[in-house]
Amino acid sequence: MSGAIKTDAADETREKTLDPETLSRLDEVLGEYRSKPGALIPVLQIAQGMIGYLPEVVLKRISVGLGKPYSEVAGVVGFYSFFTTMPRGTHLVRVCLGTACYVRGGKQVLDALKDELGIDVGETTPDGEFSLEVGRCFGACGLAPTIMIDDDVLQRVKPSRIRGILDVYRENDKGE
Amino acid sequence: MPKVTIDNRTVDIPEGTTILEAARLAGVSIPTLCYLEGVQTMGACRVCLVEIEGAKNLVASCVTPVSDGMKVNTKSRRVRNARRTVVELLLSDHEGDCRTCDRSGSCELQSLAEDLGIREIHHQGEKHAAVTDYTTPALVRDTGKCILCRRCVSVCNEIQGVGALFPQDRGFDTVVGPAFSKSLDEVVCVQCGQCSAVCPVGAISEKDEVQEVWGVLDDPEKFVVVQTAPAIRAALGECFGYPPGTLVTGKMVRALRLLGFDRVFDTEFAADLTIMEEGTELLVRLKKALVEKEEVALPQFTSCCPAWIKYVEHFHPELLANISSCKSPQQMFGAVTKTYFADQIGKRPEDITVVSIMPCTAKKYENKRPEMYDSSVQDVDIVLTTRELGRLIKESGIDFTLLDEDVMDDPLGRCSTGAADVFANTGGVMEAALRTAYEIVTGEPLPFDGLHIEPIAGLDGVKEAEVRITKTVPEWAFLKGKTLKVAVAHGLANAKRVIRKIQSGESRYHFVEVMACPGGCIGGGGQPRFTTNEIRKKRIDAIYKEDEKKTLRKSHENPEVIRLYEEFLGEPLGERSHHLLHTSYDARSRV
Ligand code: SF4
Ligand code: SF4
Ligand code: SF4
Ligand code: FES
Repeated sequence: MSGAIKTDAADETREKTLDPETLSRLDEVLGEYRSKPGALIPVLQIAQGMIGYLPEVVLKRISVGLGKPYSEVAGVVGFYSFFTTMPRGTHLVRVCLGTACYVRGGKQVLDALKDELGIDVGETTPDGEFSLEVGRCFGACGLAPTIMIDDDVLQRVKPSRIRGILDVYRENDKGE
Repeated sequence: MPKVTIDNRTVDIPEGTTILEAARLAGVSIPTLCYLEGVQTMGACRVCLVEIEGAKNLVASCVTPVSDGMKVNTKSRRVRNARRTVVELLLSDHEGDCRTCDRSGSCELQSLAEDLGIREIHHQGEKHAAVTDYTTPALVRDTGKCILCRRCVSVCNEIQGVGALFPQDRGFDTVVGPAFSKSLDEVVCVQCGQCSAVCPVGAISEKDEVQEVWGVLDDPEKFVVVQTAPAIRAALGECFGYPPGTLVTGKMVRALRLLGFDRVFDTEFAADLTIMEEGTELLVRLKKALVEKEEVALPQFTSCCPAWIKYVEHFHPELLANISSCKSPQQMFGAVTKTYFADQIGKRPEDITVVSIMPCTAKKYENKRPEMYDSSVQDVDIVLTTRELGRLIKESGIDFTLLDEDVMDDPLGRCSTGAADVFANTGGVMEAALRTAYEIVTGEPLPFDGLHIEPIAGLDGVKEAEVRITKTVPEWAFLKGKTLKVAVAHGLANAKRVIRKIQSGESRYHFVEVMACPGGCIGGGGQPRFTTNEIRKKRIDAIYKEDEKKTLRKSHENPEVIRLYEEFLGEPLGERSHHLLHTSYDARSRV
């Protein structure tokens, strides 16, 4: 399921390293929003803005802080695609599955990416380098299928070229 | 008042009424599925579609208000076809097999399909992945059977204020369940089973332990004792086609005997015992507060409902000192049976198996709590719900309707009082406690008509009463002139309301009764489905009838309980009682 929180060891260490300062800033936000109706979505947005993603400890804190059931908090996070429960990798890879891209092989490109990265949509590679997401139209339908890596739009992507494309980013990171 | 015509019947209907309610007033029935009277109207399932003359689209009658001059057709060809399509679509994504489903015969989807004459499913869509969750002691969830009606979500959130369940994910991937589709034991759930009581299909049910009971009954080495809670006798009949509110105590006893239980005992005995302990505990708290001027936790809250206990442990640990330390009657019974009764028949605790029949799923969780081993082994071995007892009896081939009446056994079954009967319904534990406490303090019977405390009876969510103590026996002179204030709540969201009133200082009470299930145990999560308020009332009436029939109606008059104290326990709150009949609680995390 795409919304499932992974609680493998790596994530737990990441969660424990959330610094106390961030947590106290989060508590301030919670204090401010506690009595406001409709607070859940704005608070989640602020928290994701602060931390980059929404780890379990943070979601539980929000649940208690706003007096909202944890199941509801999780339901809202899973419902909106802009919330993520996984830390983002260095590079965000987004595959367009709009009609044009889909018809012209977007799905195959996505499968190739999943294979190459060894992760599912919404996940991040264990080395923290790539996150994979599905996107809406990038405005380049004429040259479908397209993917976006960070701010680069790549067009007429073929599944067989995926490794080569990713290698460029891998090499660059090594060079830095 | 708007005039509305429904299927050619014209009626005056108050403004704001929905078409569904209007139809019911006009005597027209419209099938529904997600609608849950008094709890949820959300228009999710579209089973209740009707046609409004002049309107382009069919509308969901449960969420559409009537307007003046509206002409509604609930049975046109268009409506029938649409309704059929809706149900076919639900069936096409329903990963269930009626041949082996425990809901077969009481499933609302199955009966809709039957009523609509569905013989073929034209839509063969993709099916959801089915995940079965066996992680909790009380409940089994099967997401494959879930039709996303959200009744359980509304009950768990609005009625119980727990919020263990909510729709997760989106679109076709939507699953109703705990946060991030975790298993139920990883989240806060009080095991009340109200979700299973309202689920229209077999997607949430009690964990079935019928085979475990057959296992001990078939084993000649085992000495198997059964106890039945008061709420069973007013509901078991429904499993065999009797109208709600039929008392079947005698037939139930006969059936249990035929099934091969070695002793048929009564949880009511332990309910009387609970009153002795809990009433005394209240009086001791009051004495400490008023005479010894000690800090004591007041109000005292009742402790017979394990779902309520778990709720406080999670959400209000600051109130744990206020909860009576008394075990529930089920657990008192287990501890007494495996000690006092075991001695009488020359057996060791481990030689006896205690089976409970409860209206309750939470009791399946309670009997496994680590505190519940005071006889040296697990005090209550297996807990069956009313529904499971119904199945056990059917499986044995017994024809329940043909059974003669029988009576329970001595010493833990023959004698019970009316006070123990009323434990089954909301307000009953309070009434039973006051019947005894008032008499201990004043030497006179509780000054209410028929011993019923009218203001705390009935189905209002939060009820209050006051009892003025005008004269006392010498020992309790300090209570003279005092007014005892009590409150009763059922449904945990109502309990939360009472807690808020207490914590804000708005209300002061001495004693508060809480039962997690709406209506109390007669509306328990393990009772025959489906329970409406009308059925709750009928079961409660039956319980009051049982109470009024008894010669003894106050717990302290139960001669077997008196004997138990004389021969074994000593006195209420004494050392042995403390060890066997009382327990302790732990704070738990909130998420
Ligand atoms: S058992 Fe009670 S608390 Fe648990 S999910 Fe069901 S309704 Fe909610
Ligand atoms: S589990 Fe049952 S009550 Fe809950 S949404 Fe599914 S079908 Fe409805
Ligand atoms: S009210 Fe009764 S049936 Fe319901 S959870 Fe409590 S003890 Fe069980
Ligand atoms: S009963 Fe009206 S939409 Fe479900």
